[in-house]
Amino acid sequence: MLRELLTGLTRIAGVRGALIVSGKDGIVVAETVMEGVDGRAVAALTGSLAARMRGVTGALGHTDPGLLHLQGPDGGLFAAAGRAGLLVVALTTADVNAGELRLALLRAAERAA
Amino acid sequence: MSADDIQALTAQLARDPSSLVFLPLAEALRRRGQLDAALTVALQGAARYPEMAGAYDLVARIRSDRGEGDPAFDAWTTVLRLDPDHLGAHKGLAFLCYRSGDHSRSLRYLKRAVELAPGDTALRTALERVREAANAQRVPGYAEPAPDPLRALEAEPGLALLVDPQGRVLAGGMRAADGSDAGDAVAAALAGVSREAERAARLLGLGPWRRISIEAEPANFELRTPTIDSVLLVQRPREVPGGRLALLADRASTAARRWLEELR
Repeated sequence: MLRELLTGLTRIAGVRGALIVSGKDGIVVAETVMEGVDGRAVAALTGSLAARMRGVTGALGHTDPGLLHLQGPDGGLFAAAGRAGLLVVALTTADVNAGELRLALLRAAERAA
Repeated sequence: MSADDIQALTAQLARDPSSLVFLPLAEALRRRGQLDAALTVALQGAARYPEMAGAYDLVARIRSDRGEGDPAFDAWTTVLRLDPDHLGAHKGLAFLCYRSGDHSRSLRYLKRAVELAPGDTALRTALERVREAANAQRVPGYAEPAPDPLRALEAEPGLALLVDPQGRVLAGGMRAADGSDAGDAVAAALAGVSREAERAARLLGLGPWRRISIEAEPANFELRTPTIDSVLLVQRPREVPGGRLALLADRASTAARRWLEELR
């Protein structure tokens, strides 16, 4: 089932890889990535970044981030929080349809467990 | 460099993708006007060596040659993060600012470049020209209003916070969900975020990070880096559309950058 979720995400143009990551320790639970994408690195870096973001929202008394999106000139990293501390992650090119991917990630995060 | 030399370097890079030969190869392609190929080689090199200032300098020069001012600016800003005394980056940023009509910023970068290379007469000449241009822009009797990011940041207190890399508050404030002041705690947390974002963006080949969007309850957030040594966080209730929040953050970031440069 996780594989199906990820395959659905990678069908979106501009998605170079999709992963389910343990948010607590940044370990890959499942992945579908293009050649040249290091899934373990994506998972570890996403886990660290998400933890930092939890620090920010926590300091404000807000919930943990439901979705985060890091953007650079050459691409983006998206992560949506699922159940049981899992993150649904997508690594993208710069021209991905962010709105479409956001919705797909939030849907996938609801199902990921 | 001849076409044969370029072919040889290309073959060498294909045999050993971790080789530093990408630097002379991309430079040679740039000089021959093969900017697409030069950019591809330079970006791959920069992704492989994310801590190498020279790789980003090369990317910046190629971007600049392609007329891509914003990406070139980002790349040279990254160079200065890695090497604050990089002469090429100061010169490049001075050129970009001059080209965009921002003579006062151009002047600042050029002054630093002259400090770094006091014997460079061409730089001194450029400095004088830009100084004249900056002075020529001033109209007698007109006092330019000081840029004031605080007006943008503090119009609604507690919704925008500007911090330095050490996690200290520069301007603005941040209100917690219960209405209490959480500025210092958030500033401390943001210092780590900036470092982590920079590392992730570099290692994943995204280029220097520009923005982070965060969705939470009961508010959404946008993060920006107005300058190489500051981070801006803007929050708004979830009812505010994401695109609008991003625009607000962009505007506050521009104002904050001007304000910080004015302070210096």
